[in-house]
Amino acid sequence: MSYFAFLSEHGPTLLLGTVTTVKVLICATILYVIISLIFGLMRLSKNPIIQGVATGYIEFFRGTSLLVQLFWFYYVLPFFGLTLEAFTAGVVAIGMNFGAYGAEIVRGGVLAVPKGQWEGAFALNFTPAKRMRKIIIPQIFPIILPPAANLTVELLKATALVALVTVVDLTFEAKQINSITWLSAQCFGTALLIYYIISRFFLVPFLRWLEVLAARKVGKEKI
Amino acid sequence: MNAEWRWDFAIEILPQMLWATLNTILAAGVGYAIATIVGLLFLLGQRTPIKIVNMINREIVEFIRSTPLLIQLFFVYFVLPQFGITLSAWVCGMITIGLHFGTYLSEVYRGALEGVPKTQWEACRALNFSTMYTYRKIVLPQAFPIAIPGMGNYLVGIFKDTPLLSTIGVAELFHAATAVGGYNYRYLEPYTIVGLIFLTLSIPAAIWIRKIEKNVNVAQGKIKKEQL
Repeated sequence: MSYFAFLSEHGPTLLLGTVTTVKVLICATILYVIISLIFGLMRLSKNPIIQGVATGYIEFFRGTSLLVQLFWFYYVLPFFGLTLEAFTAGVVAIGMNFGAYGAEIVRGGVLAVPKGQWEGAFALNFTPAKRMRKIIIPQIFPIILPPAANLTVELLKATALVALVTVVDLTFEAKQINSITWLSAQCFGTALLIYYIISRFFLVPFLRWLEVLAARKVGKEKI
Repeated sequence: MNAEWRWDFAIEILPQMLWATLNTILAAGVGYAIATIVGLLFLLGQRTPIKIVNMINREIVEFIRSTPLLIQLFFVYFVLPQFGITLSAWVCGMITIGLHFGTYLSEVYRGALEGVPKTQWEACRALNFSTMYTYRKIVLPQAFPIAIPGMGNYLVGIFKDTPLLSTIGVAELFHAATAVGGYNYRYLEPYTIVGLIFLTLSIPAAIWIRKIEKNVNVAQGKIKKEQL
């Protein structure tokens, strides 16, 4: 069977799986961005309880494997009467795991904002909330976006794991086709290529564009 | 199914899980050893003064870095036999992990080499040292401490990615947990124990790496000892 015959027969199925992968990617990215902003700021709190909660969360999710967390969400939570759909479990597990990594990036970004900015806001008698919202947060984006972009590419790769909790994504479809046809090179090779194309030609350029945008927003032209 | 945590069951399966943990550690160690060497090879490809080699090397690294480890595992495990090379799941897993993380480590090495100030190179040139001597005596001793934190992080990273090996049938910790869970139809205890074992191993490792990182920074004079 030639490769083109393979593509014309199984291409549509793989594309359907790709749509699910992109859906997981988008949902998990939204979740992880929200979680990392919240926990990153909590981590900087002076209140020991808030800071402790954030540190515990971050250490827990960074200390264990994503696959273990995923299986825990999908197979163990039903024991506690909370049954998540496979898709939801996948998105929540990936979002929470990457949120922990992202929180550390946000923390680093806030700390990297020049001290003069804090002092200026203080001198102008801004309330702490206003200082954060109007002065500090807008400035962290050019700092955190490059590492966050790397993390998002990692997240795209991590979405492959949801196939193991029966989400019908690209990896799942590739495995399925492999078990029917035993054309391993074709189906896994195509899946690898699709992931590469998503990352190289869609995700990375989009993230670069965001970086340029964020740099321009605070008046730092980039490249 | 009830939500009760059964201590008797947890204690009953604990020895089995601890044995499997040894396999996980072994897999992480061997995978890491391969990755450090593969990383050096990629670094070599990157620093060769031949343009075409650089380009091909870059594309390979980019490709491996932006595709999921899981599918790479499947690819190596299922495709190699089609070409007449039949390897055990263990060997396939080690090769794939070595390749995947080798690309990351090559970036760490590159960053470390570029972290050595250019003036060091110029001074060696002025002193008429050979390239070999410059690397061995001047550049590498300075680059190595810079690489340590990154290398440590990827050691923990490999350790946390070893559960993926269970998907091709390597009998490590996660595989054992799934087997035990399936046999007894109780997933609460096995998966929770796996999580706890990972936590007890990777948090001390992360703290240890952070400590080394600080020591390196102090030794290089980037931060003063009093600031710690």
